[in-house]
Amino acid sequence: MTLSYHLQVVNLLAALLLLISFAMLSQRRIVGLITLFAWQGAALATSTAIVAWSTGQHHLYWSAALTLALKVIAMPWFFFRLVRKLDVEREVETMINIPTTMLIGIALVIFSFNLALPISQMSGTVTRSTLGIAMACVLLAFLMMITRRKAITQVLGFLSMENGLFFAATSASYGMPLVVEMGVALDVLVGVFVLGIFFFQIRETFDSLDLKHMEKLKER
Amino acid sequence: MTTGILLQILQTLLAILLAPLLMGWVNQCRAWLQGRSAPPIGQPYRTIKKLFHKDAVLAHDASQLFRFAPYLIFACMVLAAGIVPTIANDLPFSPAADVIALVGIFALARVFQALAAMDIGTSFGTLGARREMLVSFLAEPALLMVFFTASLISHSTELPVIVQTLAHKQFVIYPSLAFAAVAFWMVSTAENARIPIDNPTTHLELTMIHEAMILEYSARHLALIEWAVALKLFTYSALGIALFVPWGIAPAGDLSALPLAVLALLVKMMLGGAGLSLLEAISAKLRLFRAPEFLGTAFLLAVLGMLTHFLLEI
Repeated sequence: MTLSYHLQVVNLLAALLLLISFAMLSQRRIVGLITLFAWQGAALATSTAIVAWSTGQHHLYWSAALTLALKVIAMPWFFFRLVRKLDVEREVETMINIPTTMLIGIALVIFSFNLALPISQMSGTVTRSTLGIAMACVLLAFLMMITRRKAITQVLGFLSMENGLFFAATSASYGMPLVVEMGVALDVLVGVFVLGIFFFQIRETFDSLDLKHMEKLKER
Repeated sequence: MTTGILLQILQTLLAILLAPLLMGWVNQCRAWLQGRSAPPIGQPYRTIKKLFHKDAVLAHDASQLFRFAPYLIFACMVLAAGIVPTIANDLPFSPAADVIALVGIFALARVFQALAAMDIGTSFGTLGARREMLVSFLAEPALLMVFFTASLISHSTELPVIVQTLAHKQFVIYPSLAFAAVAFWMVSTAENARIPIDNPTTHLELTMIHEAMILEYSARHLALIEWAVALKLFTYSALGIALFVPWGIAPAGDLSALPLAVLALLVKMMLGGAGLSLLEAISAKLRLFRAPEFLGTAFLLAVLGMLTHFLLEI
């Protein structure tokens, strides 16, 4: 197998994306989690830009720029501010202990690699082999959302899942149409701001960001 | 053949002589990063020399094993340093052991270290030996997985073949090695008794692992153990270089590339030592019970590297 160098770099960045997903899964501190999220965005933006350059798909430059602006600069900044205001810089609380989570993560990676193999063989893009990694990122972020208690970490998991989906779109079909991407980016941005307001409301009502308390909201 | 043997002797001697220098460099960088004035770079040599001139004190209950262990540990490390290609590839000694046997050599040294620590019967020695065994039984499989990732790429567990595939064939980026590199860093901190698993400068009974095992040693025995520790760090650095940044190691039988190889080795070791001390300066020592989690993560990352190899590189 000899790919051209920019595709090898894309593969390397895909591996980095997976590595960061795992690091997020094992991270215990919220501040560290946000930093890792920013790095994930940076890896995603770089790989999108390289794919854009190597295939001549110009609209991918726009999505790379959007990713850079939103997920590397705007959102981490917003989250850092939020964390400082909410005063939740302490350790993340997990439902399952971290080694078990990592083991489940490995199982998910094997599952998604196997699942993606036949699909990526049908795809005609040069980046098709990274589809498995993109799916693994999505599932790992999903796992993070399931196993974390605090609202902020769940939202970070959601955003990291969006990163994975974005990467899947790039690797399977050179990204979605620009209008869709803009729409998704706007959605995510608005979602983050709305959830930011929610955090304050949740904390005001329950004195904590632990979503366990919301189970009390059931109707009698 | 004779040039090969000469080169082999040169490489092993270089490793033995340069190892304390690397240790001194790491200590110096660490002192700078912590805002202290650094000890001179040759301090480890002076320590070793001083220790060789002292008279050895042995405990009453020390058996032959206790006296004999430092020599064995030092010999194991010299053997390992001779096998890992540092300046020239495919030397006559390197087929003696592949990477799996290399892990075995490290394990042999460790077993004797732990046995010698328990031999005296002090509580510190036993405590250190137990902790060392806890850490090492988790570190070893992770190290093997790192080697397997490199072996999958080069279809061989022999280090010269791995180096040749990575350095002297067409340049290819292997994403799986990114995972393996992170895992290797985590394992090598554990194996070399450095932060975040163990602190080489502490003598606090709550945290020490390696220092607890060698507390009873003095004079020439201690000197040999300190030297072996430096050699181990050097060998691990050389292993890291051979697996992840092998460019510059002279190809088999190419004498003209040797000066460049020595220069490349020095530069890489300097950068690696600075990186190690930087990572040590910014991270805190983990609680002992977090060590299994840390090493479990290393193991999983190495496994992920293998999986990525099957997905991206075949």
